[in-house]
Amino acid sequence: VAESLTNLLGLGPPWQWVAYVLTALVQAFLLLNVVAVGALLFIWMERKVSGRIQDRLGPTRVGGRFGWLQTLADGIKLIAKEDLMPGGADPLLFKLAPYVSFCASFVAYLALPFSGFTGTDGTTYGWVAQPLNVGVFFILAVMGLEVFGVILGGYASASKWSLFGAMREAAQVVSYEVPMGLCVVVPVMICGTMDLVAIGNMQQGWFTNWLIFHDPFTFITFWVYFTCAMASVNRAPFDLAEAESELVAGFHTEYSGLRWSFFFMAEYGSMFAVSGLAAILFFGGWNGPIPITEILGLTYASAFDAWSWTGYVGNLLGLLNFLIKVVLFVTVMMWVRWTLPRLRIDQVMKTCLKYCTPLAAFMFLGVMVWMWYLPGGLLLKSPPLALVRESGAVAPVAIGKPDAQPSVDAQPSDDVTPGNDATPEAGATTGIHVPADIAQAEGR
Amino acid sequence: MATGLADPRIVEFDVRTDEMLVNMGPQHPSTHGVLRLVLRTDGEVVSEVTPHIGYLHRCAEKIGENLTPRQWIPYTDRMDYLAAMNMNLGWALCVEKLLNYDLPEKARHLRVIIAELNRIASHLVGMGAYGLDLGTFSPFLYAFREREKILDLFEEVCGARLTYSYLTVGGATHDLPPGWLRKCAAFLDQLLPVIAEYHALLTTNAIFVRRTAGLGVLSPEMAIDYGCTGPVLRGSGVDQDLRRDGEARYTEMYDGYAFEVIVEKDGHYPRDHDYPAVPASAILGDCWHRFYVRMLEVMQSIDIIRQAIDRYSTAKGNYGVPVKLTEKLPKGEAYLETEAPRGQMGFYIVSNGTSIPWRARARSSSFCNLSVTHELCRGCLLADVPAIVGSLDVVMGEIDR
Repeated sequence: VAESLTNLLGLGPPWQWVAYVLTALVQAFLLLNVVAVGALLFIWMERKVSGRIQDRLGPTRVGGRFGWLQTLADGIKLIAKEDLMPGGADPLLFKLAPYVSFCASFVAYLALPFSGFTGTDGTTYGWVAQPLNVGVFFILAVMGLEVFGVILGGYASASKWSLFGAMREAAQVVSYEVPMGLCVVVPVMICGTMDLVAIGNMQQGWFTNWLIFHDPFTFITFWVYFTCAMASVNRAPFDLAEAESELVAGFHTEYSGLRWSFFFMAEYGSMFAVSGLAAILFFGGWNGPIPITEILGLTYASAFDAWSWTGYVGNLLGLLNFLIKVVLFVTVMMWVRWTLPRLRIDQVMKTCLKYCTPLAAFMFLGVMVWMWYLPGGLLLKSPPLALVRESGAVAPVAIGKPDAQPSVDAQPSDDVTPGNDATPEAGATTGIHVPADIAQAEGR
Repeated sequence: MATGLADPRIVEFDVRTDEMLVNMGPQHPSTHGVLRLVLRTDGEVVSEVTPHIGYLHRCAEKIGENLTPRQWIPYTDRMDYLAAMNMNLGWALCVEKLLNYDLPEKARHLRVIIAELNRIASHLVGMGAYGLDLGTFSPFLYAFREREKILDLFEEVCGARLTYSYLTVGGATHDLPPGWLRKCAAFLDQLLPVIAEYHALLTTNAIFVRRTAGLGVLSPEMAIDYGCTGPVLRGSGVDQDLRRDGEARYTEMYDGYAFEVIVEKDGHYPRDHDYPAVPASAILGDCWHRFYVRMLEVMQSIDIIRQAIDRYSTAKGNYGVPVKLTEKLPKGEAYLETEAPRGQMGFYIVSNGTSIPWRARARSSSFCNLSVTHELCRGCLLADVPAIVGSLDVVMGEIDR
């Protein structure tokens, strides 16, 4: 984009950075809005879902029939609130904490692809702000930073309840990152890459290609991952850090107004991010259960006509697929939240250390063995994409071999989606040698 | 900061670095009103809990010594405001005992219907709020949905939804409105399947069981020593219910009613053949048992009300005309305990022959039930404190009066 902008404005060599800065600003703005608007919608959804679960209506008035502007109205109220800080608080840390949390959750979106496709040459392209060949790792690492904001906030509030909440969050989130990381390694191992775009594109075709249906181990891994994800984003029944019946409001007891809403947005942002990760790693990402786009030919025929409208529509449909999946996961999280009582801190830790971690480790080993004997998965005899290619009826559009090493030369310079620099070490069959390294990197 | 734990005064004001004194309440989401608990915590472990009460003290007893017994009825409403009818009933029976006043049969059955209906409402709140203490919000609203229907019924009877002042000395202020009994029976019919829902959401829920079973075990001896009554006592396996064991003036209300006291005998409850089995991890006297006793008492009350509706329709006499507002009291004293939803609610009246009592006194069941908190909470986790206090189901209005 930056390059095309440079050409468009006719910027000479010394002024090219202007185009890059402009592009970066636009992208940052768009991403920020994805997070903010997403949080806005999810908060509204949570109120509607909880209302329906609890025999209520939820918001009904603000902004028309379904009260869909309620969150915005609340946001305006929060912004207009008095800026309060407890007397004994550490002013700098107290003010800094919400932004740390929010940034951690927001930066994760940088590497989260929303849609993608595979060119004829086997190169993968995705709708992602910054294609990273360590996308999974990046998202997990960055979201792990969210706990810093919480600890800072809890410590700086000069309130005992806040401190309790912060300590709980620290213990919980740090523990749950271990099984969560282990679960994430499983699809990474199958795909042989940490590039989320590549992982998503590998699950192209029918839903049997989704990694959750790859083998029984991945099926269980998904549930372990989902449990850990709920725990790591502090959703009930693991919402100990803000347990209102015990800790008043936990780490954000002393926060109000806009600062509080930043914590809130961070929570909803992370909810979306871990759900997106689940969708990409286990549920085919932007690939629907039935490859409608391939059947209708709404794909990029080749990497060269990336601007073709058919490909664009196909990608939009992929985006829709992705969003539907994510919203489903988020709804399940809400459903669980409004149904179950909260666990106690020792039970939360026990769930993590005694059940989730060993289970995840076992699934990891199981998939490793499985990949040795049956790399294609349970329903497939060969790698996913190969099957799609062989059964011509499924995918009329020729799709590149997945295990072909993508050639950098084939990539066009005027490509819209900057997927070029993230060349995945694709190839499902080669995955067996990768995990040891990744496990070391991920296991931390 | 050289401190020795041997001297409690030093510890109080110069806390060791790894110990923290935390105020839970009086403004805290889960302390059931204005209860204040001072917790001494070591990390998440609570080593000592001290309840502080008195934040809702309204001098109710002193006011009772300046009003006639019927004028004091609205003040009894505000003691256990979740079971105001039972409070009215307790005071009315006590004064009637002093007056040696006998009620017509119909009035007795009316009182049974009203008192048991309010017991259901009170236990529903107790159940819902307990869910809230454990971090689940929805059962609370499901409980309140059903309670609203009871309040609607009460509103039809007396015009009020919380502080009724309906049962009074000499009977009740009005008769039941026409058609009310049919509505009441219809409500009971639809309440039954809802209770199965509560059992699914709470009683048998795996997390709920893990949070409550084996927690805060109150031995029968300790329960008796501390004067615990009501579901707290029966949850510990002590077979006592004033509706069966109380004074004749009170138990005659329940004469001829078929009901079994809800208490565990030989490992099972009277009605548990068609209700969730006791989980293996539950110990008699723990939070789960106290909760379960309340749930079963709702069933029991439904049975009693159904019988009462039949008997009220055929009973002789009237609903009991209240005595004069300034009825002269005979010289003497009377004390009577009734089985309120939270335990044995006793009222004491001393008269010197005027129409205004010389002494009016209430014996609160919640007060005694709360007094075991420090025993039950010793060494528990922070999250267990609301779970234990919630299972005692105290109402601060009744404790502070």
